[in-house]
Amino acid sequence: MSVIDAGAALPRQRIDILPALTPLLVALVAAPFIGSASTFVTLTLAGLAMGMMIFTMASGLTLVFGLMDVLNFGHGAFISLGAYVATLVLLPLAGWSQADSLGANLAVLLLALLAASLVCGAVGFVFERVLVKPVYGQHLKQIMVTIGGAIVAEQLLYALFGPEFIPLPLPASLRGSFILGNAAIEKYRIAATIVGLAVFAGQMLILNRTKIGLLIRAGVENREMVEALGYRIDRLFIGVFMAGSALAGLGGVLWALYREQVHASMGAELLVLTFIVIIIGGLGSVGGCFIGSILVALIANYAGFLVPKLALVSNILLMVVVLLWRPRGLYPVSGR
Amino acid sequence: MMILSGDGPRSKALSALLIVIVLVLALAPFLFPGAKPANVAANICISVLLVASYDLLLGYAGIVSFAHVMFFGIGAYGVAIALYGLGASWGALALGVLAAIPVSVVLALAIGLFSLRVQTIFFAMMTLAVAYAFNVLASQLSWLTGGEDGRSFQVPEILRPGFKLFEGDVFGVAISGRVLSYYLVFVVCALLFLVLLRIVNSPFGRVLQAIRENPFRAEALGYRIVFHRTLATCLSAAGATAAGALSALWLHYTGPDTALSFSIQIDVLVIVVIGGMGSMYGAIAGAAVFVLAQNYLQALMGKLSSAAADAGLPLLPGLFHPDRWLLWLGLMFILAVYFVPTGIVGRLRGRG
Repeated sequence: MSVIDAGAALPRQRIDILPALTPLLVALVAAPFIGSASTFVTLTLAGLAMGMMIFTMASGLTLVFGLMDVLNFGHGAFISLGAYVATLVLLPLAGWSQADSLGANLAVLLLALLAASLVCGAVGFVFERVLVKPVYGQHLKQIMVTIGGAIVAEQLLYALFGPEFIPLPLPASLRGSFILGNAAIEKYRIAATIVGLAVFAGQMLILNRTKIGLLIRAGVENREMVEALGYRIDRLFIGVFMAGSALAGLGGVLWALYREQVHASMGAELLVLTFIVIIIGGLGSVGGCFIGSILVALIANYAGFLVPKLALVSNILLMVVVLLWRPRGLYPVSGR
Repeated sequence: MMILSGDGPRSKALSALLIVIVLVLALAPFLFPGAKPANVAANICISVLLVASYDLLLGYAGIVSFAHVMFFGIGAYGVAIALYGLGASWGALALGVLAAIPVSVVLALAIGLFSLRVQTIFFAMMTLAVAYAFNVLASQLSWLTGGEDGRSFQVPEILRPGFKLFEGDVFGVAISGRVLSYYLVFVVCALLFLVLLRIVNSPFGRVLQAIRENPFRAEALGYRIVFHRTLATCLSAAGATAAGALSALWLHYTGPDTALSFSIQIDVLVIVVIGGMGSMYGAIAGAAVFVLAQNYLQALMGKLSSAAADAGLPLLPGLFHPDRWLLWLGLMFILAVYFVPTGIVGRLRGRG
């Protein structure tokens, strides 16, 4: 009878590196076609910034799906809501955001991001309790109820804020761009990249280094087993749902500032993009979602420069190619 | 009962309701002469076909698709492009329809093969993405589709409003091309509805329902799930394409708003749920109720809105503004999903 050594390390998981290299591959393939080095740098950095923004919006969605099999079609509404909350902060405090002081600019920006996250998290709580909870485990109803929620939320935003586009100017010190050699790099994109990377790093830390993260990862892999061990996965889920909604709001602010305008229809548009990203990444996988976001954004930027006509459908083509290669996405989550 | 494929309404109240709706639709040009009632009636017929073909997918196969309007749009654009490019002839019309249906079916096949292998929830997301891309393409390829403006076109002579079949009136109504158009829409929709009813009551339809209830068991019994689901997707796409062609023929116009707008997709979802998922008759009852409400309740909302504005109430004028019709629709939809999941048909059959 063999003795099981409890102290022995688990066999190391093989890290699947191939999908993570795809953005690099895409950049290498695109580089010779673009030709000019400065254009290439500008496009690549713009793509990375856009990817970080998309990741911020999409990461919550993929975890919410992974944990409870809930596909939240109302996610887009949180993106719009976050953007509108930002207008409520940034427009009255225009004195701060347009002041010639980096400190005041960043303070007001952080305030806007914080307010958007808090409001979206709180609304996410209500949304989950009222709409999603009664239909746990019933896919068809879930899809329909969250769509209904998305419609109602979008229409309420129209009723509250009006159907017009609301201009949202960038804080003064984030306007303009650095010149690096011949390449122009917009300042705001760097800021957005930093926020996105911080979100990614934070998520990775929480998921990999805390008990809650362990439970979330275990729940994504096998919900019933975690429940059998006595953990209340629905409590965990509502936390993840609120965090996901808050991140959607955060991403909404970033996107609205990037576009410098706010409209309730932006949520539905970005919902499609986030769906594509999480399908490409593998439903439930945060790492896959990160790679997927970068891939989608890079290809959108390169295609927009090289073949503008194709850029409109580049996302779909990318999705088709990825699914041909890996039918369950780049990083498939087992049991799904 | 042969004509109903042995699947009767199974409820006296439901039978009465359906008979009234069908009779009124059949006699609509004589009962309610005028442009607006004709539009409403034609709209109901087209919605019945569109919704019934969607119910084949949602109610019978348990698959959620967001690309149904895309197939509707393919039919509408097929007719529009053919009649606009080749002139107003029956040949062009036939060519448009015969070109649109294979396009839809092949597209449905591709989407189905790609996403139904994995999970049906994949299909919901895929169709949303594909439909969105299609919308963008349709509004960008303006040389072909007319872009945002869409295409207005002439229809064959007999269907034009100026055409008169007889010199005199019949029961006080002139039989104009408009009336003939209406009957074309009505008859085609009725026939295709009966075909769909036949399909869902065939052995194939039974297998679809079995897959919906328990895919593992159906597979264990030897039915190929992906094959059945994909076939259902293709049939449903063909139905939507036919509805789109009829809609273009009735409107003499095809544009992004009338043929591809996402709000049509939402309307279809709402009608299926209100009428009753998993019953073809739900499409008739739901479409009639919904289209009537859409055409006559919106006016009421406008009155409420201005009344609230006159009374100086805050927020209410905005909430009741006719443009916020979708808000109430969404609320109604959520409540229906929660409290009346079997819809009108389920209620009238007494197992609400």
